[in-house]
Amino acid sequence: MYKVYHRIERIAGSVITVKAEGVAYQELAQVTSGQGISLARVNRIDGDMVDLQVFAGSRGISTESQVRFFGKPMDTPFGDSLLGRVFTGAGVPRDNGPVIEENSVPIGGPSVNPSKRIVPTRMVRTGIPMIDVFNTLVVSQKLPIFSVAGEPYNQLLARIALQAEVDVIVLGGMGLKFDDYLYLKDFLEKNGALSRSVMFVHTASDPIVECMLVPDVALAVAEQFATKGKNVLVLLTDMTNFADAMKEIAITMEQIPSNRGYPGDLYSQLAARYEKAVDFEGSGSITILAVTTMPGDDVTHPVPDNTGYITEGQFYLRKGRIEPFGSLSRLKQQVNGKTRSDHRTIANTMIQLYASFRETLEKQSMGFRMSGWDQKVLKYGERFEKEMMDLSVNIPLERALDLGWTILADCFNPEETGIPSKLINEYWPKKG
Amino acid sequence: MATNGKIIGVNGNLIRVAFTDAVVQNEVAYAKLASGVKLKSEVIRIRGDYAELQVFEDTTGLKTGDDVEFTGELLSVELGPGLLTQIFDGLQNPLPRLATECGFFLQRGKYLHALPRRKKWTFTPVAKVGDKLTAGETLGTVPEGIFKHRIMVPFKIQGTVTVESILAEGDYVIEDVIATLKDGEGKIIDAKMSQFWPIKIPIKQYAERLRPDEPMVTQQRIIDTFFPVARGGTYCIPGPFGAGKTVLQQLTSRYADVDIVIFAACGERAGEVVETLREFPDLLDPRTGKSLMERTLIICNTSSMPVAAREASVYTGVTLAEYYRQMGLNVLLLADSTSRWAQALREMSGRLEEIPGEEAFPAYLESVIASFYERGGVVRLKDGTKGSVTIGGTVSPAGGNFEEPVTQATLKVVGAFHGLSRERSDQRRFPAIHPLDSWSKYEGIIDVAKVSAARHILAEGGDVNQMMKVVGEEGTSMEDFVLYLKSEYLDAVYLQQDAYNDIDSACSAERQKYLFGKVFQILKTPMTFKEKDVARSFFLKLTQITKDWNRVEFQSQEFKNLEVQIFKSVAEAEIHV
Ligand SMILES: Nc1ncnc2c1ncn2[C@@H]1O[C@H](COP(=O)(O)OP(=O)(O)OP(=O)(O)O)[C@@H](O)[C@H]1O
Ligand SMILES: [Mg+2]
Repeated sequence: MYKVYHRIERIAGSVITVKAEGVAYQELAQVTSGQGISLARVNRIDGDMVDLQVFAGSRGISTESQVRFFGKPMDTPFGDSLLGRVFTGAGVPRDNGPVIEENSVPIGGPSVNPSKRIVPTRMVRTGIPMIDVFNTLVVSQKLPIFSVAGEPYNQLLARIALQAEVDVIVLGGMGLKFDDYLYLKDFLEKNGALSRSVMFVHTASDPIVECMLVPDVALAVAEQFATKGKNVLVLLTDMTNFADAMKEIAITMEQIPSNRGYPGDLYSQLAARYEKAVDFEGSGSITILAVTTMPGDDVTHPVPDNTGYITEGQFYLRKGRIEPFGSLSRLKQQVNGKTRSDHRTIANTMIQLYASFRETLEKQSMGFRMSGWDQKVLKYGERFEKEMMDLSVNIPLERALDLGWTILADCFNPEETGIPSKLINEYWPKKG
Repeated sequence: MATNGKIIGVNGNLIRVAFTDAVVQNEVAYAKLASGVKLKSEVIRIRGDYAELQVFEDTTGLKTGDDVEFTGELLSVELGPGLLTQIFDGLQNPLPRLATECGFFLQRGKYLHALPRRKKWTFTPVAKVGDKLTAGETLGTVPEGIFKHRIMVPFKIQGTVTVESILAEGDYVIEDVIATLKDGEGKIIDAKMSQFWPIKIPIKQYAERLRPDEPMVTQQRIIDTFFPVARGGTYCIPGPFGAGKTVLQQLTSRYADVDIVIFAACGERAGEVVETLREFPDLLDPRTGKSLMERTLIICNTSSMPVAAREASVYTGVTLAEYYRQMGLNVLLLADSTSRWAQALREMSGRLEEIPGEEAFPAYLESVIASFYERGGVVRLKDGTKGSVTIGGTVSPAGGNFEEPVTQATLKVVGAFHGLSRERSDQRRFPAIHPLDSWSKYEGIIDVAKVSAARHILAEGGDVNQMMKVVGEEGTSMEDFVLYLKSEYLDAVYLQQDAYNDIDSACSAERQKYLFGKVFQILKTPMTFKEKDVARSFFLKLTQITKDWNRVEFQSQEFKNLEVQIFKSVAEAEIHV
């Protein structure tokens, strides 16, 4: 019943063209060549000429290779049997486990009706003070980690995944170094989290089209879990590789690039993925944390720039620490008023004082005289960096707030902090 | 006269369709999937015997040979009572009703009536049999929430018509014929409470267009005092991500002194619309004492919804705005973000393989933006009353750099520019409108000379600050130092406004005039201090009390007490000659 074609008219990059009839846009096909078998997807139809994106790339495909159309768009199997498993972007097991074929669900499905969305209200606890105290992560938030290559962003992702109280972790790896893939897998396994995780991994040496599929497959699976009442955390690393894969394919398709070679729909493509983050009223949720490496540490590069316009804030990971400036959780005010009465005040006060510390450092480096106040601020800044910012610090929010008061009290008089007296009376540590 | 065609190519949301009979540019067509589901599309280019159509939905599953039905109608919206308080997608589908039918997810090919069919409206006739009227003149009214909704002679009608019959006062549904009209050729036309109008054609059934000369108070000090917007004017808010464009529009949608606010969320986050959606019903509009939702209408085509409908969403928004202007109302249209709509144009232009302009935007980008903003304006209606459409659009420039095509094209046509600065938003100086780079061509609520003197202080204070970074405080004279502190004071207590404080978030025109007068007086007071540290702590304290002053009820006892306190401390610092 499947239609099979044997004549390939054109081969360029990962795109092949066949002459075929009755083929639908986005239909899935299988290409068999001397190199083996690969899936492919229709991405342009011109009369009876059909362009297909071959997931494994076009290397080794001959004009005689066989193309078989499946008569349906791409989908992914879904079920609890996915948990604990690792697949490629095309859904092939990477872990020597059995192939799963149950319950196919379409990928890249329609978006949630905005009128069905709710205002998010639940905090995600990470044990990292720079997040919990200063830029609280919220269930259903979409947040990127802006970083440069070499920073420990995968370690950060793994830690958050472990500590966040979620039902399911879906990890999408794009262009991952093989070592990083093993690290993530081992980390989840060692800490007993693999059994509630599903991994879709494309490594740097895998075919480029599969890289592009990873977010869609990961999010389609996440969406299924979420509609079944599960709170899902989706980790995507690294979205810049995803964007680069799109760029490469757009160029082979001879699309006119808009900005530094990226296709004009980069924003829409990224948004379609990030907007999958949602809190289903009366059911589960999807929270997305995504690494976005910034080429040349340049936030105006099209990938981080477009990402910033889509996500609900961003974390800057720099020199192994989450930067307090620039980092922002746009949803924090939805939750940090309800945690503890001193949460907002501690967050604001400590950041302001840390800003003074940075200014003082600058003054110091220019050789200006240090006043008594400057000395206090210097002492404060050092402690803040060591006891709050350092990523090895791992304490619950309440203890982090208490620690905040201790540091403040060790460095300043209450009135120097500008904290309202009501809170001072309640929280300022009494000298024993 | 509908014709049919067949698909001969699919490329993303662009399809190529071979046809035989006549096809109209910009007419609506439906592409039929094998499942029978029909996808709404619009003809955007015609070439010989085939047409190119943009499909407003995901095109997965369309094939060469699939049927296309042309409708002969331009892409239109339905106008009539019952629009307000609704949430539509870019094609005017009511989203909450869609949710009741389809659940959590949008479903392609599902189109519902924009206006409820069975709801009864109490119609009061205004026109009488025998009256001679033209398009846009009032036949009668129905109450729509807090407004008197005018039922008008259909806008399509040309020339003068005579009222042949009109219904008596009573309850009717929108599809009832409420009047019959006879045109010059003796043809009888039925007028209903609802009518359709193509979104890309401006509604111009008014007597004349006027100059926008009345300020539209937004209750944001930096806007009303420094960069005012006029009713019927246009303005833009470009800014890098996270600089506060959306928050500023949300504040404006709440506090602006207009009758109706139409919010077009175009290609931005769904979550932000939800905030408005969930909060507005519970917020009271101080002007009417009713829920803010009663004056609000939301068009919502967020970033993951079909890209082609983004363009439609801004036109749908402005058409609905023009409709209410025809009723003598002041309407504000907020579009967030026009860049997403420009990007949708770019995507389509790329698929059409047009010759790209700068950053691959189409060459006609400028004229499209210009004709959109041209639809704003104050008009005198045929009955002498005035109505206005004010348009405010955000722009999201790539890399936050204003030297890009969308920002530049927009700046050429708008009357005010509220440029948000990354530096100010990083310092959390909100609203982050740059006080020196921004401009407005409209008249505000405060004396121009004083405003320009205040801007002068900001500029000079900024210069001193720059100098100080090089020479240090030691190398700065007391006079310059005080100037710098004064500029920071003006910034902190006047330009910045706390969006999350119940009172400070909205500052009435009256209060702005009062506050500006007082702050200006302080700025003009010559002051000197023994030491810079003394000066700094004086201004710190003054800033603190003035901020407290901003946070108490205008003219309350507390307000008066704080004012006394402020001026007492100013008097202490004043140089007496
Ligand atoms: N007036 C304000 N007062 C206080 N905080 C503000 C204000 N404006 C913006 N912010 C802060 O900045 C964040 C981002 O603002 P907003 O969402 O309006 O940015 P934006 O310019 O619309 O960004 P994008 O282009 O990404 O949509 C808010 O979540 C809030 O934390
Ligand atoms: Mg925004």
